[in-house]
Amino acid sequence: MDVVVCLKRVPDTETKVKIAPDGKSLDVSGVQWIMAPYDEIAVEKALLLRDGGGGGSVTVVSVGPAEAVKELRTALAMGADKAVHVVTPAAGDASATAKALADAIRGSKFDLLLCGKQATDEDDAAVGPMVAALLDLPFVAFATTIEVAGGKATVRREIDGEVEVLEVDLPAVLTAQKGLAEPRLPGLKGIMASKKKPLEEKPLAAAVSATEVRSLSLPPGRAGCTKIPPTREGMAQLLKSLRNDRGVL
Amino acid sequence: MSNRDVLVVAEVLDGKLKKSAHEVATAGRRLADALGGRLTALVAGNGGSGAAAELGKHGVDAVLAVDGPAFARYAQEALVDAVLAAAGKVAPRAILFAASVPGKETAPAVAARLGAACVADALTVALDGDAIVATKPKLAGKALATVATKAAVAVISLRVNVTVPQEAPRSATVEALALTPRAPRIRLKEVVAPTAKEIELTEADVIVSGGRGMQDPKHWPLILGLADALGAAHGASRAVVDAGWRPHKEQVGQTGKTVSPKLYVACAISGAIQHLAGMSSSKVIVAINKDPDAPIFQVADYGIVGDVFQVVPMLTEEAKAFLKK
Repeated sequence: MDVVVCLKRVPDTETKVKIAPDGKSLDVSGVQWIMAPYDEIAVEKALLLRDGGGGGSVTVVSVGPAEAVKELRTALAMGADKAVHVVTPAAGDASATAKALADAIRGSKFDLLLCGKQATDEDDAAVGPMVAALLDLPFVAFATTIEVAGGKATVRREIDGEVEVLEVDLPAVLTAQKGLAEPRLPGLKGIMASKKKPLEEKPLAAAVSATEVRSLSLPPGRAGCTKIPPTREGMAQLLKSLRNDRGVL
Repeated sequence: MSNRDVLVVAEVLDGKLKKSAHEVATAGRRLADALGGRLTALVAGNGGSGAAAELGKHGVDAVLAVDGPAFARYAQEALVDAVLAAAGKVAPRAILFAASVPGKETAPAVAARLGAACVADALTVALDGDAIVATKPKLAGKALATVATKAAVAVISLRVNVTVPQEAPRSATVEALALTPRAPRIRLKEVVAPTAKEIELTEADVIVSGGRGMQDPKHWPLILGLADALGAAHGASRAVVDAGWRPHKEQVGQTGKTVSPKLYVACAISGAIQHLAGMSSSKVIVAINKDPDAPIFQVADYGIVGDVFQVVPMLTEEAKAFLKK
């Protein structure tokens, strides 16, 4: 089967956030960049589906700056067959990214389009459902298992404290939740092979966003930590304070 | 801007409105007042006989109701169609969803179909001149963005548990929304319910989480016991999930769930930046850790330096007695 995976270059999740002097963006000096962790899971699942019998291909697509070629090469080194890089100097909002992805993907033949459930920078979880809507494909978010047979995917996902098992007509767009697959580390052979794999660049003049970031700030700090002694009396005092002073119990 | 009305999507579950329905109604009422417009709520599915009255209490002027087999349980395709039909009737300036699983699946799809602006997982929404302005966390809460849009329609999902429902009573009219369901491309095969219906972490008022300092999965009953005593959902740190002690769905953090309960109790969690990112927007944080220098104490409102194996059982017993009163 043929699988397309959308992936994004994001700051490492261990990044300590600093705000840039413009007060609107992240200070990226010293930031390590990685493939968004859920996108990595989506790539792994795509490889497993391709290799599960019947052959096929995995194409990875990313909208991002020139540097995002590194994350695409990582996916190729993991085992993806080809990459499409929509090169844009300035990232747009989720709507702009989804439109660029849909434009890049439209017309190509695939059975399944996978994304991570969300990129760990914007945390919108919006690009997947938007791409599905723009391509008029069925969509299910937060998949923890995906099985494909007879032109349909069977997907499990968690919702409202329960697990749903859904049958989805293919082609479809699904997003990967943790647990769907355990991403492999690219081996030396994969890294060598990735250098020869096709990587198509598509320039994008400017992403048009419908939203504008007015400011970016660090979250407000806390007033301070009240020490509670590890005793029975301490626990009683804590519970009383949680109810009477904070109103949370 | 000609459109002044606001549409909110009131979620239902098991024949009742969800708590988040009152949250989106409250946020919607404020925005509609600022715009000088009316507030309409879409109720797709069975919200119970008192749904319109409850929504009216929270400021809804009109309810659009749609029910039938397609809405017996949340299904994205049916809800998207219902919201688009409601938006066609109301011509809203803003459409508000709860940022629950249904809201996260549906809001961006509606935005894409309408060519509308979309802000996901917002904490607040307001009007500033001719712009709709929302605040939203990024990088799992390590940063907070203020996002503005002047688009003709803004679709915004609101983080659950953040807006405090407020009464703005009126008598809501009810109108049926006519809809011809399409043949679904997604079909429900099965629902696997847990033995006891668990509280969804992202929607819980109180969460008790355990970390690596619990030492062994066999000690987890201590976490479950405290959660039970507090009527709380239970979570875990990434270290615990990576070690295979607890399932992925319980993970709180940047690569797990981002939660903002009223009360978060962190037991034997040191407070890696990954974890803090997922829970630091909780209203009140209680940390129990034997290491006085653990980073968790820097975000905690109440800190107990001590051995979890002694402190947690004590807190559990005291909580049982206290909450009975």
